[in-house]
Amino acid sequence: MLTVPIETMLIFAGLLFLIGLVGLLTRRNLIFMLMSIEIMFNSAGLVFIIAGRHWKQADGQVMFIFILAVAAVEVAIGLALLLQVYHHYKTLDADSVGKLKDNNQ
Amino acid sequence: METCIALIPLVPLLGFLILAVAGGKFDRKTAGYIGAGSVGISLVLALIAGALFLRSLPGVSSYSVSLWEWISAGELRADMSFSLDSLSLVFCIVITFVGFLIHVYSIEFMSGDEGFSRFFAYMNLFVGSMLILVLADNILLLYFGWEGVGLCSYLLIGFWYKEPENGYAARKAFIVTRIGDTAMIIGIFILFVNFRTFHLDELMLQVNDKWSVGSPLAVITAALLLFGALGKSAQLPLQTWLPDAMAGPSPVSALIHAATMVTAGVYLIARCHVLFNLAPVVMTAIAIIGALTLLIAGFSALGQHDLKRILAYSTISQIGYMFLALGVGAWSAAIFHFMIHAFFKALLFLAGGVVILVLKEEHDIFRMGGMKKEMPLIFFTFLAGSASLSALPLVTAGFYSKDPILWYSFSSATGNFWLWIAAFTGAFLTTLYTFRLVFVVFFGETKLKPSFQPGKLMTVPLAILAFFSIVAGFIELPESFGRFHLFSSLAENTLPAVTVRETGYPETLFQLLSALIVFAGIYLAYLAYYKKPSMSESFEHGRIHRFFESGFGFDRLYDVLLVNPLVWLSAINRNDIFDWLNIGLARLTVLGNRLFSLTQNGKLRWYVMSFTIGIVLILTYMILR
Amino acid sequence: MNFFFYLAAAIALISTIMAISGRNAIHALLNLIISLLAVSVIFYLLDAPFIAALEVIIYAGAIMVLFIFVTMMLNIGTEKKIEKRWLNPRVWIVPSILAALLLVDFILIINGLQIPEPVDETLNTKQVGISLFSTYVLAVEIAGILLMAGVIGAYHLGSQKKKVTHRFLKK
Repeated sequence: MLTVPIETMLIFAGLLFLIGLVGLLTRRNLIFMLMSIEIMFNSAGLVFIIAGRHWKQADGQVMFIFILAVAAVEVAIGLALLLQVYHHYKTLDADSVGKLKDNNQ
Repeated sequence: METCIALIPLVPLLGFLILAVAGGKFDRKTAGYIGAGSVGISLVLALIAGALFLRSLPGVSSYSVSLWEWISAGELRADMSFSLDSLSLVFCIVITFVGFLIHVYSIEFMSGDEGFSRFFAYMNLFVGSMLILVLADNILLLYFGWEGVGLCSYLLIGFWYKEPENGYAARKAFIVTRIGDTAMIIGIFILFVNFRTFHLDELMLQVNDKWSVGSPLAVITAALLLFGALGKSAQLPLQTWLPDAMAGPSPVSALIHAATMVTAGVYLIARCHVLFNLAPVVMTAIAIIGALTLLIAGFSALGQHDLKRILAYSTISQIGYMFLALGVGAWSAAIFHFMIHAFFKALLFLAGGVVILVLKEEHDIFRMGGMKKEMPLIFFTFLAGSASLSALPLVTAGFYSKDPILWYSFSSATGNFWLWIAAFTGAFLTTLYTFRLVFVVFFGETKLKPSFQPGKLMTVPLAILAFFSIVAGFIELPESFGRFHLFSSLAENTLPAVTVRETGYPETLFQLLSALIVFAGIYLAYLAYYKKPSMSESFEHGRIHRFFESGFGFDRLYDVLLVNPLVWLSAINRNDIFDWLNIGLARLTVLGNRLFSLTQNGKLRWYVMSFTIGIVLILTYMILR
Repeated sequence: MNFFFYLAAAIALISTIMAISGRNAIHALLNLIISLLAVSVIFYLLDAPFIAALEVIIYAGAIMVLFIFVTMMLNIGTEKKIEKRWLNPRVWIVPSILAALLLVDFILIINGLQIPEPVDETLNTKQVGISLFSTYVLAVEIAGILLMAGVIGAYHLGSQKKKVTHRFLKK
């Protein structure tokens, strides 16, 4: 029987989330950025599972399934966009893809 | 009857609408016919309404027709409704009649002008506004017409807007009258706050009920309304705009001076006579202002070289007479003089306009001369108008309208000797400057040849007006000539009769005196400007002349007193202190825009960073809270 | 049992860090798969075997394989610039500080939570299924629509076109 305190588990999930966040903030490669987002999704799902187990509620697991669906869609769209970006700019550097920039300045 | 009344102002407005919307589509002829025709229809309607009114006279003294609800907000209620009583009937008929003749005249006068249909559109709007003014049954609608007239005067004085001076004159007219209008609207507000109604008849009834004679509120309100009337009617101290208003075409001057605009002040005071009767101080002020104005304008007219400016000052002076009559309570005499004045002043302006036109825009009377031989018809009509203006005894209408004013300024309950002296001197001045004009322009040697002879469309209205300038006076004879009072018995349906005190002098004596003074004036003018021009030489080049020419220096005075300090202030305030707030707001917005557009730099990681910072801040705040 | 949790957690953290800091995309993805497998172990330990299976099948199996396919299609290989960038503290110092702050926040929040004692019941996958198709049936439908939209969107975006400008913007 698992007796790890729930705080520890939550902090573990938080750490996982933060690693994903740091990756998102530091990497310029769009593939890595997408990966970081996946990590963050996953850690969020982890929190749901932890909480669902704590209260013995099915909702946590249901939510994880939804997160899974959202993550799948996000990845599908994200990768398709990524392909287009690569075709267009011949690079995956997020900083060099800046067409939305305000040109007023 | 009701339909008639409603249509009187609406037909010219309809004409305005047609000309304004589709003016460019018509050729000149059609535009002219629409312009003159709409006023003509209005004249016919006014005459029908007048006939019906006279037939039902002893029984019904006023008709009213309500078209639609104009403003309704809580207690504030004003309808688009007109009412016709004898006062507005007189004004209506004069406006439409003189206005129609002026329109007909303009068809030929303006035929060479570019903005032909624009001109007629403005003229129609002018007449329409004036008719709304005189027919309005509530004071707010009256004010609406009042402002419409002001607007049209602006548009028409600045009609030849390509000359900067004309635009300046138009702005001057607009601003100076606006000073009066502001006082007037404050007066209207006071009336509304006290009586909770705009309806004129009701207002006057309540004023009579609730305010006692000489009560401060009555005096203040009357003074404010008077100030509005002063601005519109170009009386002291707001008379300066009228001479400059000569910048417009001659028919416009005729319309402004004769039928519309300047007489609005007279109408307002006559319409609110109940209120003014409650403020004897203001009545005295009206009389004094009228007397002073007629003197100052008379002297100023003597000093002018510009034909139209002479006529302009004479208008100021004649309206001074009307104010004098109003001030002494001789209501119907004032309205009668308004009517006669409308005929001869329109005539003078139109005839003068012909002279100016055929001499290719020559305004200086001393460069004209001998016009009698060149254009006899114009001469005779002009002479008829001049004689009427100088109140040549017995034969002219001017005599019958001006003489009662002179008499009542002395004999009415509030009249006195000094007012009579002023009016008397004014009569002399009037004759002098009028016949100075006549002798200089029409007699002597011909200095300029007229370029063409005026056509029928111009001469026929002149002849009609000349006819009325002579005979229109016979409907109202002075007391001493027998009891024949067509006009005042009509006017007294609406206006109170003048109260006469026992002076101990017979009226005939005064009539004799004023007849003598007229002949003296003519003789002096004959001597100085025809027989012995050397007599006038020294005057025409003297310092007094220059003083007169500048209109007693009122323009200079206002420049020094008001305009220059204002210009000085605005020079200091070049960057507009009060604008700083707005500019500051705009700058702040621009700054904000710069700041926030810095954040939109197209870098995805930067956006994520912003999210994160925000989340950190929010979470930290929630923990620390 | 606790030992397995800590072991899996340690593996997950280490492999995730390696995943985001690696310079070869394929290696990073493989590291991420390891991390996901470790998390699925934790799910199993948390009495959610079905979720653990889903994690393996969908996350590690489908999504990551998609990543790998794309990476192989683009053939981007190793990024060279990254070595220099890691030496530059400007790149990571601010995110690290932010992450540290967030971690402090998390710890404070978690410590401040008044978590009630766990309820002594059993939870099995059957309950999850019942809940999914009763309480959350609408959400399931919506998720289905979302997936559909994702499929269409991915197809649309992924189809190779000569011109990528929008048809309204074509000259």
